Amino acid sequence: MRPVLLFVFTMIVLLSAPGMNIVQAQQKNIILATTTSTLDSGLLDVLVPVFEKKTGFFVKTIAVGSGQAMAMGQRGEADVLLVHSPEAEKKMVAEGYGINRRIVMHNDYIIAGPKEDPAKIKGIKLVSEAFKKLALANALFLSRSDNSGTHAKEKSIWKTAGINPEEGKWYQQTGLGMGQTLNVAAEKKGYTLADRGTYLALKKNLNLDILVEGDAILLNVYHVIEVNPAKWPKVNSAGAKAFSEFLVSKEAQEVIKTFGVEKFGSPLFFPVAGKKEEELGKP
Amino acid sequence: MKVGVDMACSPLPPPSPTEGEGERMHGRSVLHKMDIIFEGIKKAFWLIITFDPEVFRITLLSLQVSGTATLISLLIGVSAGTLIALSQFPGKRFTVSLVNTGMGLPPVVVGLFVTIFLWRNGPLGFLGILYTPIAMILAQAVIATPIVMGITVAAIQHLPPKLKLQILALGATHLQMVWILIKEAKLPLLAGVMVGFGGVISEVGASIMVGGNIKGYSRVLTTATVMETSRGNFDVAIALGIILLLLAYFVNLILTTIQQRERTR
Repeated sequence: MRPVLLFVFTMIVLLSAPGMNIVQAQQKNIILATTTSTLDSGLLDVLVPVFEKKTGFFVKTIAVGSGQAMAMGQRGEADVLLVHSPEAEKKMVAEGYGINRRIVMHNDYIIAGPKEDPAKIKGIKLVSEAFKKLALANALFLSRSDNSGTHAKEKSIWKTAGINPEEGKWYQQTGLGMGQTLNVAAEKKGYTLADRGTYLALKKNLNLDILVEGDAILLNVYHVIEVNPAKWPKVNSAGAKAFSEFLVSKEAQEVIKTFGVEKFGSPLFFPVAGKKEEELGKP
Repeated sequence: MKVGVDMACSPLPPPSPTEGEGERMHGRSVLHKMDIIFEGIKKAFWLIITFDPEVFRITLLSLQVSGTATLISLLIGVSAGTLIALSQFPGKRFTVSLVNTGMGLPPVVVGLFVTIFLWRNGPLGFLGILYTPIAMILAQAVIATPIVMGITVAAIQHLPPKLKLQILALGATHLQMVWILIKEAKLPLLAGVMVGFGGVISEVGASIMVGGNIKGYSRVLTTATVMETSRGNFDVAIALGIILLLLAYFVNLILTTIQQRERTR
């Protein structure tokens, strides 16, 4: 029976060692469904500990595309969302799944592409014009195609340009996150639409330049939404409310303002709590 | 003449006139990629010797989660596998084919199903274990169990059929007979455990879905590697990969020692 004892012993050692917090008070847990950009940029690694220390809540950050984050909210599988897909957000609130949608911060999208710029789009002011030119030149374009906020923005620009890119061979869908899609674009010398934060964070390993920027359509706005406890009673509404209020608080906004300045030379996000989306000018 | 001497003394060889600009650019970028791997190796050693608390915690959790999952799969896999191998029943071949297919269960599919079951509003939602290490153990056990079970079935069936009769003839009870057969098949069974452990320690799809890659809570080596890659921190990602390989090596070393020691006795 020696092997049995060995088995039990190993099991006890494995489970009792520190590092595995099995017991967690449920009401202290908050599930935050958010986009990959907020996690990949490192912003949440700074913000979440401040919040946890202040309130005693434990935040479970699940980083997925905005589309999936909102799907989680819609099913009551998350408590609070930090997302950047305004049209879908408005729909979610209108349908009663989300409440207290509040603006938190913004940055902007850019078109990144190879330095040689074969389609000659550098410096074009209107993004839809640049997209038209890319389509005309059959220039390789990498699309996220993952229902993320960036993907939604990209689709709306194609619509403005009056082009259905999915018919073209030059239009490739990665189905990956922003960082990975940028890497694919760099390797294949293609163009892609990216949020400036992720681009800056990865810039050192990419052979991609910012070719188009500054168009008002490229504004990238992040909102926090609480999942409606009236629809899903199991939602931790107190925690969601606390986190939402924290994000728009002066303290968090100050953290957002200075985040990334040291490492990248410029902030990755601009805090805009309390403002209206329409008021935001060019970043 | 003087030029020649100067060139010989310069630290870098002069570019050969026949070499094209493009080729040199290519050469440089290859060198750059190699640099990243080298940086990764350096980083790995640095993280290990400085005992980086974050990396240590991630490594420990990897071991705990995958170790526990493997133990659970061992318990279920060996007993169910032995039962299947020793009993005769209609549809046995079909059952074995199902188990063998299960050996190739894609982790993401397991992750998806476990997630759906564990959702707050799902059938097992009352447990409240989604996005915890327990959910990761559960998913990994689901992945490893068919592997251990399939290898157990093959191992027990591979024993000489007359052995069973012989043991019973010597007066052993049925339970004792099963225990002796399992001990006889120890070598392939431990191989099964190693395959199962290898499968779950290296698995990322299910862990990221049911665990959520939460910092300091459910982040393991594989999910951290994915995250660092998408953050562009390739050196850290490579370092984590190396630590993962080392961990897998040491666990397998221990298992192999047990396996081979029992053999020579």
